[in-house]
Amino acid sequence: MKAGVVVFPGTNRERDMAHALTLASGQAPKMLWHQEESVDGLDLVIIPGGFSFGDYLRSGAMAAHSPIMTAVRRFAEKGGYILGVCNGFQILTEAQLLPGALLRNAGMRFLSQDCHLKVEGRDSIYTKGWSAGDVFRTPMAHGDGNYTASPEMLDRLEGEGRVAFRYCREDGHVQADDPHINLNGSARAIAGVLSENRRICGMMPHPENLTDPAIGGTDGLPLFKAIVEAFGV
Amino acid sequence: MSLTVDGELARSFGLTAEEYDKVLAIMGRTPSLTELGIFSVMWSEHCSYKSSRKHLKTLPTKAPWVIHGPGENAGVIDIGDGLAAVFKMESHNHPSFIEPYQGAATGVGGIMRDVFTMGARPVANLNALRFGDAENVDTRRVVDGVVRGIGGYGNCMGVPTVGGETNFHRAYNGNPLVNAMTVGIAQKDRIFLSAAAGIGNPVVYVGSKTGRDGIHGATMSSAEFDDESSSKRPTVQVGDPFTEKLLVEACLELMATDAVISIQDMGAAGLTSSAVEMASKGEVGIDLELDEVPQREANMLAYEMMLSESQERMLMVLRPDRTEQARKIFEKWELDFAVIGHLSDTGRITVRHKGNVEADIPLGPLADEAPIYDRPALNKEPPAYLTPPADPVGIEKALETLIASPDLASRSWIWNQYDSTVLGQTVKRPGAADAAIVRVEGTSRGLAMTTDCTPRYGQADPYVGGLQAVVEAWRNVTATGAQPLAMTDNLNFGSPENPYIMGQFVQAIKGMGEGGRALDFPIVSGNVSLYNETRSDTGLTSAILPSPVIGAVGVLDDIAQAVGLAMPEEGELLLVGETWGELGQSLWLREICGREEGAPPRINLVAERRNGDFVRQKIRQGAIKACHDVSDGGLLVAIAEMAMASGVGCHLQSHPRELSLHAYWFGEDQARYVIATSHAEKLMEEAEKAGVPIRRLGHIGGSDLRFAYGTRLDVSHLKALNNAFFSRFMGEG
Repeated sequence: MKAGVVVFPGTNRERDMAHALTLASGQAPKMLWHQEESVDGLDLVIIPGGFSFGDYLRSGAMAAHSPIMTAVRRFAEKGGYILGVCNGFQILTEAQLLPGALLRNAGMRFLSQDCHLKVEGRDSIYTKGWSAGDVFRTPMAHGDGNYTASPEMLDRLEGEGRVAFRYCREDGHVQADDPHINLNGSARAIAGVLSENRRICGMMPHPENLTDPAIGGTDGLPLFKAIVEAFGV
Repeated sequence: MSLTVDGELARSFGLTAEEYDKVLAIMGRTPSLTELGIFSVMWSEHCSYKSSRKHLKTLPTKAPWVIHGPGENAGVIDIGDGLAAVFKMESHNHPSFIEPYQGAATGVGGIMRDVFTMGARPVANLNALRFGDAENVDTRRVVDGVVRGIGGYGNCMGVPTVGGETNFHRAYNGNPLVNAMTVGIAQKDRIFLSAAAGIGNPVVYVGSKTGRDGIHGATMSSAEFDDESSSKRPTVQVGDPFTEKLLVEACLELMATDAVISIQDMGAAGLTSSAVEMASKGEVGIDLELDEVPQREANMLAYEMMLSESQERMLMVLRPDRTEQARKIFEKWELDFAVIGHLSDTGRITVRHKGNVEADIPLGPLADEAPIYDRPALNKEPPAYLTPPADPVGIEKALETLIASPDLASRSWIWNQYDSTVLGQTVKRPGAADAAIVRVEGTSRGLAMTTDCTPRYGQADPYVGGLQAVVEAWRNVTATGAQPLAMTDNLNFGSPENPYIMGQFVQAIKGMGEGGRALDFPIVSGNVSLYNETRSDTGLTSAILPSPVIGAVGVLDDIAQAVGLAMPEEGELLLVGETWGELGQSLWLREICGREEGAPPRINLVAERRNGDFVRQKIRQGAIKACHDVSDGGLLVAIAEMAMASGVGCHLQSHPRELSLHAYWFGEDQARYVIATSHAEKLMEEAEKAGVPIRRLGHIGGSDLRFAYGTRLDVSHLKALNNAFFSRFMGEG
């Protein structure tokens, strides 16, 4: 698998992502500076978390116009696989590679804690490490993770099986109007979505931070194992 | 600005009449406004340590593993594998009261710069926060802003905030304490220092542009607060964590080359103190051309540029043949890069602006003749030991009250706003263990880190306050299985011009020194914050509680050996250490009886070391599954905290006959640890052999704390009480 991790000024979880990919595949990904103009030859582009350009205008808004995003868009048009986590998810929505937007958390505070996700998305390399309905634990760390989209779009995402993950209780119970379960107030408790062709995935929490048995557990590892399996080591 | 420089202006800049006379003698003429500004900030308490230096010198600072002690931007210790831990703690108390968000944020930014200036990548942030009374209307504003500010800066930087402590007390009304600590990791043979070298070498400015923010911040933090403090808001700097993130990456990229001769961040007193320090330490002169300084505002005066405390700036001396290579790195990171001067052989700092010489000061006298005061210090008689009061409420009610009180309530509301997992190396997150643990990337080693202080002990007896902060930090590192290696300190006190406050300071340092020497636990960096006082409308001043905060770092050879405090599913609970039932200055006495009285608990350094060494050894042998030091609130609170961390309860044995029930459960005797084990019998034998006092506390299991006489407290009930305070206090619940 040839993976690349995009680094914008202000990206700060690129090392975490590289560590998780290395653990899953045995090889380190290529780091891609935001001014690069090509991502050709890669199997997978990952946009990791952080505060690209300080998130000063709006989370992900400026990064979405970086030179590399032109290349990433071309890559997407050709059917390339892209994973955006946290700020990466925000950038993918700002770049309109994924529908919806991420608003300020409903409680208006940064949220850094473990949450539980229910796996829903069908037929994607990002979810097939689990069975539909499985629940896994993962850390979250964001201020703007409150997913929103038009009711029509939300219906469509659900109808097409494009909701990849939802926030849930440890036992799998989903309740969008319970702030103790749906911590950031996301519409329909959506934590991650897929593109129409299911090759682009965006999610807010950080499965890459639970991939090492020495660092709290491997609950997030199935995501990376499944990706590696899809492309071969 | 057409100000006349005279004694009156000097006084308004914070210089005394004697100090101004000294300035006149050094200069041999009336100084220019810029020169007066330079003297006033360099001789401020904040930069010169003029009241504290004499006493700081008595602290233990050396050990075979210490690479750089106090005097550099941060302390440096050897952690094995060719690596070094670089760390320091620093206060941003005054700005955090005036503007809590920016005050706290720039405090975090400043301490991170101190660490990466030395070539280390910051890997962990901690903080020690002290707020006013939870009933005070203003406290909520300060808590909200400080917590948001710490999170806002640290989260954006991508440095995990992994630990800290928080207290509430009315003595901090109007004068909160925000002490921020950063720990970084560097190659031990690639540490960068500030001493400039090489006559003619370029002096390079990098980072943000200079504005008018923060002018005279260093003198502000050397004065007490009054009603006009809020009008000082413009002197609080504004932080830009995004720029600092670029700055850390650019600096570390540059430091991987051989371009950097010396480097110094621009912190308090900005360009003045960084230029003066680099040149003085290198015993060279420095010529600055202020026209070259990147400026954010128009028509800035030399005086303003020299005193600006704009954030996210660095000063470096580079090898001339590497300057272009360096420029390219900073251009890549879209940061300003400007050659603003050169080193000279004059031994003077010379500042030119628009063709005029705005300052020309001999560096020797500026540094060497900085005032040092041996201020009079008086000690109050420490209070007598408390005659044990009767228990007015019963054990169960007291526990419920204590764990719900502001000082013992769960801090998850705070730490859930700090990214604690970024970098992917956090082994023990906030609340999981007595010290936070992060793995040293690429190794199996871990750093254990904590911050500690018990100001109410120091208020009663400052010597014990200093000593206890040291031993508690040492215990907290020990309780994870790590070997405590070194400390940084943050000494927060009132006005040193008050002999009783000065006495507190001197006694606290004595206590810290004694603890450090007995435990082979040197202090390698630190910060002093004086004048933490507020003046009320009636003209009365009130000082904070003496708060000598300790930040400690220890090392674990193998993170797999680390233990947390959560009660395991099964086994037995044991108490290591002796219990006399010390209720003087205890939280029980304060929260249940409404009294802040008596002598603080006695400290026996021999017992501390013996008990701690035993516990650490047994953790490393795998004989201990969980460990928690006994501190605030005493034994029953420690047990409850272990239970709340996992939801598992304990069937407690009865108390020793010779102690009253409440003295046993809530006394704050030192040198104690609660440990969970499956090998109680063997552990007890080994403890006895080692001369370590040990006793059985009870059998682990169930979902409640069950007392020998039959009553039960459900752990989930305790947890609900423990979690209630912050959301109620912040009006979010």
